[in-house]
Amino acid sequence: MKNPKLPIAIVIILAFLSTLPLFLPPYYTGLFSLMIIFGIFAMSLDILQGYTGLPSLGHAAFFGTSAYMVGILNVKIFKGCNFGVELITGILSAAVVASILGLIVLRSKEVYLLMILMASSMMLWGIAFKWRSLTGGDDGLPGISRPDLRPIHWDLGSTTHFYYFVLLFFIVAAVLMYLVVHSSFGHTLLGIRESETRMRSLGYNIWLQKYIAFIVSAVFAGLAGILIAYYNGFVSPAELHLVTSAEVLIMVILGGAGTLFGPAIGAGIIILIKNFVSGYTEHWMIILGAIYIFTVMFAPQGVYRLFRQFLQK
Amino acid sequence: MRSSLEALVVENLSKQFGGLRALDGVSFRVEAGERFAIIGPNGAGKTTLFQLLSGMLPPSSGRIFAFGKDITKLSAHRRAALGIGRTFQITNLFLNLTVLDNVLLALEASGLTRFNLLRPIYSYKDFLTRAENILNQWGIWDRRNFPVRSLSYGEQRQLEIILTLSQNRSLLLLDEPTCGLSPEEAKSFVSMIRAFSREFTILLIDHDMDVIFDIAEKVIVLHFGRVLAFGYPEEVKGNPQVQEIYMGRSNESS
Repeated sequence: MKNPKLPIAIVIILAFLSTLPLFLPPYYTGLFSLMIIFGIFAMSLDILQGYTGLPSLGHAAFFGTSAYMVGILNVKIFKGCNFGVELITGILSAAVVASILGLIVLRSKEVYLLMILMASSMMLWGIAFKWRSLTGGDDGLPGISRPDLRPIHWDLGSTTHFYYFVLLFFIVAAVLMYLVVHSSFGHTLLGIRESETRMRSLGYNIWLQKYIAFIVSAVFAGLAGILIAYYNGFVSPAELHLVTSAEVLIMVILGGAGTLFGPAIGAGIIILIKNFVSGYTEHWMIILGAIYIFTVMFAPQGVYRLFRQFLQK
Repeated sequence: MRSSLEALVVENLSKQFGGLRALDGVSFRVEAGERFAIIGPNGAGKTTLFQLLSGMLPPSSGRIFAFGKDITKLSAHRRAALGIGRTFQITNLFLNLTVLDNVLLALEASGLTRFNLLRPIYSYKDFLTRAENILNQWGIWDRRNFPVRSLSYGEQRQLEIILTLSQNRSLLLLDEPTCGLSPEEAKSFVSMIRAFSREFTILLIDHDMDVIFDIAEKVIVLHFGRVLAFGYPEEVKGNPQVQEIYMGRSNESS
């Protein structure tokens, strides 16, 4: 850590997050659960966007796939929650989609990659929309029950208890992603972001490094998808939609691509604003567009870097 | 049978870019341990040749052998693993990373650490020691935590060479390594290359004639994608055609 104030900031944020249900009304505790889930999702995209330099407008593909996997298992097969199986299958389904998609798309770059990923995720959206017998079409799959942890005195029906459940996954995921981006593997991703031709001539099979990054990123997006299925109690094609992909991309840019924790802050801000404006207008996309323009004009490096500069003063 | 004494054999190599034939049936052999130079005016196809040799571009026709092995269809990273390292004419570094990070990326390229998802890069003592030795040797260890972007052009050119040399590849393709160095730096670079062990084969492009004739034992001259002349430096120097197309213009010192 170059900045001695940073560990202190992390402790303060953790203390805030772990005590917040004590002083916030349940409604806001629930909102923080949502912010944290999208925080995991945005951080997972940052592994691609910020660290590897692979932009994506299709990251909802992994998020939505695992959400649907949980929904289908929960509602259609187990008629209740089998948490262990749903967690593993949900994450695996996101990894499988990424490993197939990665074979096809990772030869393209930049805006072409962005578009091809958008098209791929919208194909999945189309399947979820049309395959009514399995996915419930645009009605989605309602009635997903949350994991039953009452044997260990953890009632996830309670907003507060569910919040701590989500927070636990957030901390585990954040630590793992932090390790990944600072690992020797993560270091090669930075090299790819900076110069692919140099990496190739140094002897790296950059395709393979990108492919692994793509799957790792999808695994964490898939984890967020599992949590969103339990949070909402239903899944709908919206989880796979371009709008979800665009939201998470803007969360990353607003928070600061390549800072890992920044995108989680970006997720918090976007969810908060979305929740606030939805009481006044239905035109969320206009507001989202305005946030994007505002970010690019006034904080192109993201709020996390602004915050860090502020700390260093 | 090809002798393994030949580090590089190029047979009838051509590269077509649309209507432009950038390389046209180029053939030559480089023996192991040799210092071999490629010269020619701008647009002669020198850098294109390096792109083909390092695997950054596929040739239109012809074959390339390295250490007796046909590498024509091998990807760039497989060629690097076989022992081919290159530098770039236009500085190609990881600009937003620090000097140390740049060298670590060069060191990490072989071996399995590049697939380790959890172990922090700075925990590899072996890499750090090697990076320290190399950077000390070049006198820029005290600059290790500076982003490469903030280095002077001359320092970036040095790092361009450091990255390639730190990998201990046995066949080095150096694309105008002294371009942008001051005369003193160029001189110390030349003496360093001359002191290199014969385990290394060096293929060099340069515009600086002094550098070429100080280092090279064989020279080929490219002109419009073809080999115009080949031989010992003195022979090539004396070739009237070469003097006409190249030497006459070398005073411009591009």
